[in-house]
Amino acid sequence: MKKELASFLCLVLGIFTLLVSCDHLEPQGPEEDQLLDGPLEGLTNAQSKQFLDGDIAFNDEVFTSDSGLGPIFVATSCASCHIGDGKGHPFTTLTRFGQSEPGANAFLNQGGPQLQNRAIPGFEPENIPPGATFSNFTPPAITGLGFLELVSDEDILAMADPDDEDNDGISGVPNWIDPPSFVTLFPNAIAQDGKYIHRFGKKAAAYNLLHQTINAYNQDIGITSIQNPIDVFSGQEIEPEVDQNTVNDVVFYLQTLKAPIQRDQNDDEVVQGQDLFGQINCTACHKPTLRTGFSPVQVLSEVNFHPYTDLLLHDMGPDLDDGYTEGSAETSEWRTPPLWGLGLSPNSQGGQFFLMHDGRARSIEEAILMHGGEAANSRQQYENLSETEKEALIRFLKSL
Amino acid sequence: MSLRDVSPIFVCILFFGHLSFGQIDSTLLKRRPVDTLQQTLNMDAPYNRPFLDVGKLPVSLGGYMEVNWQRLGTDGVSEGHQFQARRLTLFVASTISRRLKFLTEVEFEEGGREIAIEFASLDLEFHPLLNLRGGIILNPIGAFNQNHDGPKWEFTDRPISATQLLPATWSTPGFGLYGKYHSEAWMFGYEAYVTGGFDDSIIDNPENRTFLPASKENAERFEEGNTLFTGKIALRNNAIGEVGLSYMGGTYNTFEADGIVLDEKRRLNVFAIDFNTTLPRLNTFITGEWTFIDVDVPDTFTQQFGDKQHGGFMDIVQPILKKKIFGWEKAVVNLALRLEYVDWNVGSFDETGGNIAQDIWNIMPAISFRPTPQTVIRLNYRHSEERDLLGNPPAVTGGFIFGLSTYF
Repeated sequence: MKKELASFLCLVLGIFTLLVSCDHLEPQGPEEDQLLDGPLEGLTNAQSKQFLDGDIAFNDEVFTSDSGLGPIFVATSCASCHIGDGKGHPFTTLTRFGQSEPGANAFLNQGGPQLQNRAIPGFEPENIPPGATFSNFTPPAITGLGFLELVSDEDILAMADPDDEDNDGISGVPNWIDPPSFVTLFPNAIAQDGKYIHRFGKKAAAYNLLHQTINAYNQDIGITSIQNPIDVFSGQEIEPEVDQNTVNDVVFYLQTLKAPIQRDQNDDEVVQGQDLFGQINCTACHKPTLRTGFSPVQVLSEVNFHPYTDLLLHDMGPDLDDGYTEGSAETSEWRTPPLWGLGLSPNSQGGQFFLMHDGRARSIEEAILMHGGEAANSRQQYENLSETEKEALIRFLKSL
Repeated sequence: MSLRDVSPIFVCILFFGHLSFGQIDSTLLKRRPVDTLQQTLNMDAPYNRPFLDVGKLPVSLGGYMEVNWQRLGTDGVSEGHQFQARRLTLFVASTISRRLKFLTEVEFEEGGREIAIEFASLDLEFHPLLNLRGGIILNPIGAFNQNHDGPKWEFTDRPISATQLLPATWSTPGFGLYGKYHSEAWMFGYEAYVTGGFDDSIIDNPENRTFLPASKENAERFEEGNTLFTGKIALRNNAIGEVGLSYMGGTYNTFEADGIVLDEKRRLNVFAIDFNTTLPRLNTFITGEWTFIDVDVPDTFTQQFGDKQHGGFMDIVQPILKKKIFGWEKAVVNLALRLEYVDWNVGSFDETGGNIAQDIWNIMPAISFRPTPQTVIRLNYRHSEERDLLGNPPAVTGGFIFGLSTYF
């Protein structure tokens, strides 16, 4: 019996040890710089709560036919396109069609501007109407968007050079569009002919994150809101299928996602690659550093950040001209995509790269070599680099 | 009056009835142990339970409960200490006459938040090979669905393939036939039922994947809905073990309403193979099942919802100590291991040709202590890796689970 008692005590001691050491026996997560998702550091408790609510709505809420999905749609949830808040996969590539020159989309009454290529059972999805040009858009990473939203119009215009006055072959123009009525203009917003600078999306056709969110709910998932109550299938106004609190939470979530954290920034090869990136003038469009204006979220307010974009449209040449455009952009013009988080793209794209606006580039080098138009000179300089220099430059880009 | 409304009354009657008899004379309560001598197949599981006979009443009572502590974390985010009252299940069996039996099983999950009649059937025996069963039936797909009692297993969690691929416990109203035949070391059994079936939710649900368990949420299946056929054959050899082959299938979608055609009829087909054996000399018990699911998902719907799924598990249980421990005469200590895998979306992307992942594998070592065969105290460690649709780096979950489960 004494032996049994000793065994019992050993068992109790073992269980106690187990309880104490539980933390160490659970799997550890990836390092913070390996993740794109997560909130900004320094949010208040109330802001963290709203971030969490937005996180749940964005990443966990899946729409069904009962909750308003479709009936024609592209994806069933926000996270279907933006897994881990990173770049998307061709599986959820959007197709936009119907506008072949700056101005208006002539196919809005035929399902434009976006193709809903999926449908709930019993319904038929859309097809691209005959005669409509189109372009495919791979979902972008969504981290750090709050910083981009806070760049002032004045700063964006300061980077523009529509007439290439500095004669470097690179112009850069904003996308001037008449914003929807539900949008509240930024403080000190700059107008041109009654139109305002838009900044989000492949063609910079969304004014701010609320505009982007409302469009995505409606065009991607088929969910109506107070701001856009038009059902994509019937074209009729229906009751909102997402409530305003949820919309606000999702917008706040997008605004307060952390910026991607660069890795290995002190590595010699990375430093060399960063220097080369500047030397071959990639930084003319992929501006390393921008600054936010005022924000009630203190950690976003008036800070420098490093997105590698200028938020402007650039002519990328005929090979990237799909014949489709939005707003005042030409069909060959694309907004400079931010490069931060580029190295982590495979973690959200199934272990592969799907780069450029439609995922056609399967590696960073392929993407560089697809640059034409205003970027042709930089591409040529890249091609002239030695193999070691090219590796350093790509290593730098992967560190972002 | 809904099931939820009447269930508390039912429970009170059972409990107070039970107690009142107990107060009169406890010797009236007699434990009827599990029959370990008679040859049984997995299909016998609903009746092969330890019941308590009450005097000379033709009614037997039983049940089991499960309670757990767990501490799990995923990718560095801990769930903290969790204490879980997983389920309390009550059985009532009645031998109406020698060849006419009734059994019901009512389950309370999550502290009573979910209440379900898992089984309630009347069995009429015409011949050992020909029995009629009618009522709420546990569909005999695989082995676990019918043989799901917590105290029978060395693991705190039900297999992933039984809860996230198949909807254990999946019970539906209907009728069918079953029978058994045995000769020397061999035994053969069959079951065939026509019951209520699945619904649209299997491809239209918040899980964002083809998910048969979504239909469990639909209480209307007890009143109306699609028709489902479930059939199983099982063969057992005392020296080798048992193998079962089962099929479940039928239309799952709402193809018409009020006579108006809404969609074409879409089918679901489920095939399962199960086995169990005990290795001679070592007494190692091995059991497992594997399921293949084929669902007619419209081509125009999203590939997020796969049209093919498969998955299963294998448990290996090795008794390492069988002796009197702490005064329990035939206590047993087991080491056990569960290996399991589920792929919710077998196939490749139309857009890229790349593999669709959406899968999970899990390894679960365990140690269990059985003071009696009806009671188990178990400590498990879970390590699972789940990949999303695209096959991105998996979410890794791990941690300890301690629990006890007992028949009463």
